[in-house]
Amino acid sequence: MRIVAEHLSYTYNERSPFETRALDDISLTIEEGEFFGIIGHTGSGKSTFVQHLNGLIRLPSSCKHYHPKKPKRGQPVPPEPVLKVGDFDLSDRKTDFRALRKSVGMVFQYPEYQLFAETVSEDVAFGLKNFADKKSRPSEEEIKAAVRDALAAVGLDAAEVGEKSPFDLSGGQKRRVAIAGVIVTRPEVLILDEPAAGLDPLGKREIMELLHELHRTWCKTIVIVSHDMDEIAENCTRVAVFKDGTVPYISTPKELFSHAEELYALGLDIPLTAKLTAALARRGIAIDCDFTTEDFLEKVLALKKGGAS
Amino acid sequence: MRAIEFRDVSFSYGEEGEAEPQIGGFRLNHLNFAVEEGEFVAVLGHNGSGKSTLARLSNRLLEADSGEIEVFGTLLTKKTVYEIRKQIGIVFQNPDNQTVASIVEDDVAFGAENIGLPREEIGERIAFALKAVGMEAYRNATISRLSGGQKQRIAIAGVLALKPRIMILDESTAMLDPRGRREIIDVVERLNREEKITVILITHFMEEALRADRAIVMNRGEIVMQDTPAGIFARHEELLTYNLTLPRIGMIVKGLNAGGIPVSDTLDIEKLAGEIAECVS
Repeated sequence: MRIVAEHLSYTYNERSPFETRALDDISLTIEEGEFFGIIGHTGSGKSTFVQHLNGLIRLPSSCKHYHPKKPKRGQPVPPEPVLKVGDFDLSDRKTDFRALRKSVGMVFQYPEYQLFAETVSEDVAFGLKNFADKKSRPSEEEIKAAVRDALAAVGLDAAEVGEKSPFDLSGGQKRRVAIAGVIVTRPEVLILDEPAAGLDPLGKREIMELLHELHRTWCKTIVIVSHDMDEIAENCTRVAVFKDGTVPYISTPKELFSHAEELYALGLDIPLTAKLTAALARRGIAIDCDFTTEDFLEKVLALKKGGAS
Repeated sequence: MRAIEFRDVSFSYGEEGEAEPQIGGFRLNHLNFAVEEGEFVAVLGHNGSGKSTLARLSNRLLEADSGEIEVFGTLLTKKTVYEIRKQIGIVFQNPDNQTVASIVEDDVAFGAENIGLPREEIGERIAFALKAVGMEAYRNATISRLSGGQKQRIAIAGVLALKPRIMILDESTAMLDPRGRREIIDVVERLNREEKITVILITHFMEEALRADRAIVMNRGEIVMQDTPAGIFARHEELLTYNLTLPRIGMIVKGLNAGGIPVSDTLDIEKLAGEIAECVS
């Protein structure tokens, strides 16, 4: 499912003293099959944007009592916002938001804090039962099978952990269970807000490997919000930079991180590989890498071989 | 002078399974270690290695099963615990769980009020503490409207108002964005240098550990490595066995060495770039 947003704006606490403009006329397209990264400071509008994607925040035109504001005479008519996820038109009131949420999974920050059921299986099954149609409820067997598959997809064995309390698991395992509870509805798009935050280095690496595995086998499109530039450089196909409710840059990590000055000006960092590349460039050594550790090493080692021959 | 000393301290979570469920049971085993006054020590270890338990034992939020803990020469007991708590300030992980008041000033004053300081002195201490963390301008601000990094600085200020001689940061940067993290580490480093406060920094971020004088690695309730941060990261094979990774720059050094570009085990970007340049040109 392709995600298309055009002229999207959002204001919190409109017409109150606490009014804050969180999104200011942004336009952004995420293609099907991408591993898309979103970066930006706290308060830059990242979360507000991703919450739009499964209708947690609705466009005004999709709400029940929507009356479009009449533009004042002499003023230009503001462009209508567009937000489409695959065939779902999120600006339309008639859209089936339940079906949308089933196909756009959302994993919040520290998802393990949202675990609540007595056993892992019950917790994972909760979303599935909730999204079931009134007419065609899945049978116990179907639920069991779906839970087993979802747990297997995040690298857990249902026979081993299924009957345990989710609170008896380690931090990394809890996070996996929470992710299983989201992917159990087989969403096509999976959105994760800082999936690796708070884990130890090994846990971080395992979660990122898990996301790639899911990307191959389970969800076509993955969107991650991250503060870790190295993580973005290593994993993402494209990145959008958020800044005060706007999106000044959308590009590949390779393109983005070669413009260090612009990112520094936004108060953002660049990956270590990009810093090293820049430091080498100052010494007259130009390397053209995509800023993954692997590619960086390959290009530097190639220099050595090239120089020797 | 010794700021804090653990002698043969053991601890295990009770049968009731207190809060921290561990696979295969969890305990601290006959822990021995000391921190000198004025030192900046980083404590590393994977989730569940016993880092936080160590912090909580040091001011008796948890009680050791056996062994002795000494703080500035005073043995930690039921009687001395309140005096010792004035000397050890702990800042925890989640900024939202550590504020008690709605206004910055009230929150920073809370600890100082609790130990019954005179009013004028509390005022002075608030001013000192807020200045130390660079938040003077926010004295009358509403805490709920601050950023994570700012909230965490307020939590540090609340601890500083008690004028502790030791400060323990228990993954205090884990929930912050990179800017917030930098703010906290800068503040802590300055307190250590200028106010001579002993700092124990518990962290997952290998890059933060680089700023310390000494680093301790914990695994399964035991201290398994103790060295300068550079010394620790030079022993990467060993680190991997404790489920820790190198800081990213260490991984690149390792990759270069393996590929036939001999560079020294530096953690400095410019130095590394210089060495690479020398090798390939």
